[in-house]
Amino acid sequence: MNDRTFGFATRAIHAGTPPDPVTGSRAAPIYQSSAFVFGSTEEAAELFALRGYGHIYSRISNPTVASFEERMASLEGGLGAVAFSSGLAAQLAVVLALARNGDHILCSQNVYGGTVTQFSITLERMGIAVTFVPSSDANAMRAALRPETKLLFVETIGNPAGSIADLDTLAEFAHQNGFPLVVDNTFASPYCCRPIEFGADIVVASATKFICGHGTTVGGVVVDAGRFDYGTARFPLLSEPSRGYHGKVFTETFGEYAFLMRLRAEILRDVGAQLGAHDAWLLLQGLETLPLRMERHVANARAVGQHLEAHPDVEWVRHPGLPSHPDAALAARYLPRGAGSVFTFGIRGGRDAGRRFIDALELWSHLANVGDAKSLVIHPASTTHSQLSDEEMLAAGVAPETIRLSVGLEDREDLIWDIDQALVRARSGNGVRR
Amino acid sequence: MILTQPGEIRELLARSKTIAMVGASRDPLRPSYTVFSFVRTGGLFSIAPINPKLEEIDGIRAYPSLAEYARANGAPDIVDVFRNPASVLPVVDESIAVGAKAIWFQYGVINDEAIARADAAGLDVVVDRCIKVEIARSNGGLATAGLNSGIITSRRAGVR
Repeated sequence: MNDRTFGFATRAIHAGTPPDPVTGSRAAPIYQSSAFVFGSTEEAAELFALRGYGHIYSRISNPTVASFEERMASLEGGLGAVAFSSGLAAQLAVVLALARNGDHILCSQNVYGGTVTQFSITLERMGIAVTFVPSSDANAMRAALRPETKLLFVETIGNPAGSIADLDTLAEFAHQNGFPLVVDNTFASPYCCRPIEFGADIVVASATKFICGHGTTVGGVVVDAGRFDYGTARFPLLSEPSRGYHGKVFTETFGEYAFLMRLRAEILRDVGAQLGAHDAWLLLQGLETLPLRMERHVANARAVGQHLEAHPDVEWVRHPGLPSHPDAALAARYLPRGAGSVFTFGIRGGRDAGRRFIDALELWSHLANVGDAKSLVIHPASTTHSQLSDEEMLAAGVAPETIRLSVGLEDREDLIWDIDQALVRARSGNGVRR
Repeated sequence: MILTQPGEIRELLARSKTIAMVGASRDPLRPSYTVFSFVRTGGLFSIAPINPKLEEIDGIRAYPSLAEYARANGAPDIVDVFRNPASVLPVVDESIAVGAKAIWFQYGVINDEAIARADAAGLDVVVDRCIKVEIARSNGGLATAGLNSGIITSRRAGVR
């Protein structure tokens, strides 16, 4: 057998899904089964002791979910993946795999509001401290370091301001200080950016967005590069005997697979936030067209962004793929195939004009999601980021007049037509629909 | 020859039937036991421990040396090495002496002189890899755990 390195589009269709060996089914079968029969008592014992490979119970692993996981690992260029019931479950699992009561994590302040809430409220209650830092400010990052810091968390493309993480620099910073770089790649998708190629150790994503692509399924995924050495005193959860597995030391037994094994065998097993087989199947269907969809998402978003920049009723546009964005140079470096299709703009007339604009749209859907084939719109200050303080909101790049768009796959002329008519109605104060 | 490509390693496993494991342990917490048990219960290979301190592991007779193993079973296809890197030169010499076809150095067992000597003697050499992982890569095991096997195929039959 040759060792050809297959291209991204080929892997988006084939990775993780060879024909079903039993039936020959070419589409990935949906293994809708809670549990799996053991071949023998000996095989069962081997599986429970983490010595054999195979499925026990769908809370821990499932064949359809495993196909999705392997495909994601292939597309991100990782060693393996573990799927979760949502993006927030996936990132929480990463923290739980590396940190415990008394530990500390570093997080960029340019992240999704739900992440800020999860880290600053739920994690803090569990005794894991978090410091939010401007990830472009090396001095602030250094000042926030603690001996018990376990990871640095950033988003490739920050939600919603479109700030771009300088991955090379951040990976070097994390590694020099003895902990891994964790990158939320939701807004880029592996088509636009593969953070592992720039030194990231762990990639997390909400699979609900571009990976799914059709707004049908909530899911999350963690991909591990397998490069970070956790066999140090800083990571006792991996480098010391595990109480959950009769004293097994994960780094000693599993080498480069230690993080992935602990993530599945201890965290997913104990937390129970698994992805369902049918949901994994929907995500597999989505991934098959990821390259095609992302090309169109990127092109449509650029066209809509340029149109808005030239519109007299628009104060500003923050699209990392346009030259006007402060991080345009970083976007060109890390996202050569485009900066996704989620971006923000400020409407002239502030919060009220924004409300009228959204109410006047005919084609764009007003909802709290991104990365759908359908074009989506939301007002972050009153929705996705509303749990944040005014100060946190401004730090995350959300102003009262900010409107976030997720540009879909429709004809761009229709998207622009709808924006234009809604801007007219927003200006005239005649935005409320009959 | 030093094998680094996944395809080369897959072919080595496909043409091999017997494995002699140097440094096998009965302690279930030791990585060597994990690998031993995985290979033994997998049924694809005949595996035997090489350890002068043990009589057997899980009912499989242990041999005090590779020479003793070879006297009873013939030369092993693969000598799998779980030893301190500093003490593997004698294992290489013994492997060459008994006519082993390949020597496999597990994770972290890296000794440049040992690698060069085995390579020069014509053995296939695998370095800093786990034989359990590579067997599972070929037979679908890795894929069940969401791990990236690197296998892309539209053929129905298994790789092995």
